Amino acid sequence: MKKTISRTARQNAITYGIVLAFFAVMQPLAMTGKLSSSLSGLLIPFCYYVVLAVSLNLTVGILGELSLGHAGFMCVGAFASAFFSKCVQGTITNSLVRFLLALLIGSAFAALFGILIGIPVLRLRGDYLAIVTLAFGEIIKNLVNVLFIGRDSEGIHFSMKDSLSLHLGEGGEVLVNGPQGISGISRDSTFILGTILVLLTLFIVLRLIQSRDGRAIMAIRDNRIAAESIGINITKYKLMAFTVSAALAGAGGVLYAHNLATLTATSKNFGYNMSIMILVYVVMGGIGNIRGSVIAPVVLNLVLDYFLRKFQLMGDSPVLQFLSDNRMLIYAIVLILIMVMTWSPKMVEKRNALFGRRKESKEG
Amino acid sequence: MNKFAKIASCVLAGTMVLSTSAFAADTWKVGGIGPTTGGAAVYGQAVANAMQIAADEINEAGGINGYQVEINFQDDEHDAEKAVNAYNTLKDWGMQILEGTVTSTPCIAVAAETLNDNMFQITPSGSAQECAAGANAFRVCFTDPAQGTMSALYIGEHGLAEKVAIIYNSSDVYSTGIYETFVTEAESQGFEVVSVEAFTEDSKTDFSVQLQKAKEAGADLVFLPIYYTEASLILTQAAAMEYAPTFFGVDGMDGILDVEGFDTTLAEGVMLLTPFVASAEDELTQNFVSKFEELYGGIPNQFAADAYDGLYAIKAAAEASDLNPDMSISDICEGLKAGMTSITFDGLTGAGCTWDENGEPTKDPKAMVIENGVYAPME
Repeated sequence: MKKTISRTARQNAITYGIVLAFFAVMQPLAMTGKLSSSLSGLLIPFCYYVVLAVSLNLTVGILGELSLGHAGFMCVGAFASAFFSKCVQGTITNSLVRFLLALLIGSAFAALFGILIGIPVLRLRGDYLAIVTLAFGEIIKNLVNVLFIGRDSEGIHFSMKDSLSLHLGEGGEVLVNGPQGISGISRDSTFILGTILVLLTLFIVLRLIQSRDGRAIMAIRDNRIAAESIGINITKYKLMAFTVSAALAGAGGVLYAHNLATLTATSKNFGYNMSIMILVYVVMGGIGNIRGSVIAPVVLNLVLDYFLRKFQLMGDSPVLQFLSDNRMLIYAIVLILIMVMTWSPKMVEKRNALFGRRKESKEG
Repeated sequence: MNKFAKIASCVLAGTMVLSTSAFAADTWKVGGIGPTTGGAAVYGQAVANAMQIAADEINEAGGINGYQVEINFQDDEHDAEKAVNAYNTLKDWGMQILEGTVTSTPCIAVAAETLNDNMFQITPSGSAQECAAGANAFRVCFTDPAQGTMSALYIGEHGLAEKVAIIYNSSDVYSTGIYETFVTEAESQGFEVVSVEAFTEDSKTDFSVQLQKAKEAGADLVFLPIYYTEASLILTQAAAMEYAPTFFGVDGMDGILDVEGFDTTLAEGVMLLTPFVASAEDELTQNFVSKFEELYGGIPNQFAADAYDGLYAIKAAAEASDLNPDMSISDICEGLKAGMTSITFDGLTGAGCTWDENGEPTKDPKAMVIENGVYAPME
């Protein structure tokens, strides 16, 4: 027993170590301007994609439920926090304090929605969660797009029609402008905060998995009837995992919202596509494998937004030109190749034969 | 996965070295950003193609102040985050001037970055107000608010209608922007807005409800601040229910005659306010349209024309301030800012165009009416 614990601790240490090492290499380079602009611009996106992937892995890998609305929780976190930051921009001038408060608000709102969705749905057996979360993601996106909130000397105005019906007085400003979303958000996200958030996410998720509650959650995943028969409260533990996952997705959304000057809910960033994208990170990294969820988003984003763009600048060769012109096509092929290489049974067999058999570990 | 990470980090280290290599400043490096994949790809592609045409022409004629122009166009998938990635990539490439981005939301995100770097930015078609908010940002197209106001003014001044219905896309920034200012201006005009109906990106195939309401309200003009794809459906469905008001569109309507499977006779009498018409007779337009058709196929749209004008405006401004690519990015920006506000520019999208310090263009839109399957100027 003692040996198992120390092994888990070592595995965890490696996961934290990867994040810290990445930070230790990138931060000084970025500070001294040695890092190319495109790479330093990707550092914060890396952080929120990792947070999103790790948190989804909690639902998909540890709880064993399929959630297709992770971007919906991200959207809730992003809009709640951006709205807060926009409101207090004049009053709280310390960006760190403002960001931390925004982070709390964003995660709290996402957790609230997680509970609301979870209470009815997690009582059911089968694929209902996938269906409901899929709908939830789309509903949230559409809801945000008809939301108009303005502020003037008389207070806050609210409308679901258009910004004209807010009837703002002199000097009033529109805070949330329907499909135009929120613009002029203070860009409080930094790579340091992002890294801290990643570490915090890892800490929460890993601690949860290795706790008594975590073992109950995994027992439900492995055999619901057996878990129920020994007196585990199924709904409680399911709800716990799902809510933590939603709150962390909200935290990822906060980082996202404060990284760009503008925030809109489109199908590109908060729709079904994004949810699937996060699921792809989880599946690529390995379902239930937390370390994989740390590495996969970084690698895939590097491929899509760094290498494939960079190829064009590296020379006049027609091959490089083709690769960068058909970025999205190549990316799809890369995804398929990675999937086949890492998960096809034949490939796993070959890999094991090549590198010597290694024991597959479930906990990361 | 570990092995993969190792390989990735090796390649990464390699490209980091490459990216810091110096470049010679004997050419103008103009970057472009826009969607070349995804739903809005048609606009980004049009801009990329038109920029290339303009750059080739300028280079053939001796470049800008004797220096050749290099174009690099990056995809942003119509997404703010990707647009910033594209911008950073272009910075690594050595971009000195940015012509972009094509669509509004990504443009606002990139404008915050260019303001930080004091890099000159001119967006061909980012029409939301915030796109040109910074002192370094200019635009070629009209703002959405300007289009709405001008449309209402035009309808009012020419007495085109007494009762007006509006059908707009509430999930689209462009459409809502025009709609809102149209309604504001309409209050002081001699017509009444009797019906306002919205649709969204997810429900843009059936417009019978919206049309029925407009018909019941007795509207004799339907204002369509939307893109041509949906407009063609509205025209078809209106004809099917024997409702024949005047239809009035804005620049997004341009292209309606090229919609596949659309009965163009239905578009007879449709009016639109647009700065660019591909069938115009002047030499500049003819030259551009024929080149575009020859190289890329198809009739260039409004976005292409804006992009073409954008690069020529950069040229005019750079020549007015006598700039050269050896200067720092910030100096080029200051020079271009001074140049832009001093020039009077004749382009595809209007003659005698001038820019004010806010980066907004002043030019007259052309009111067009579709007659016998072609655009005819309206007076």
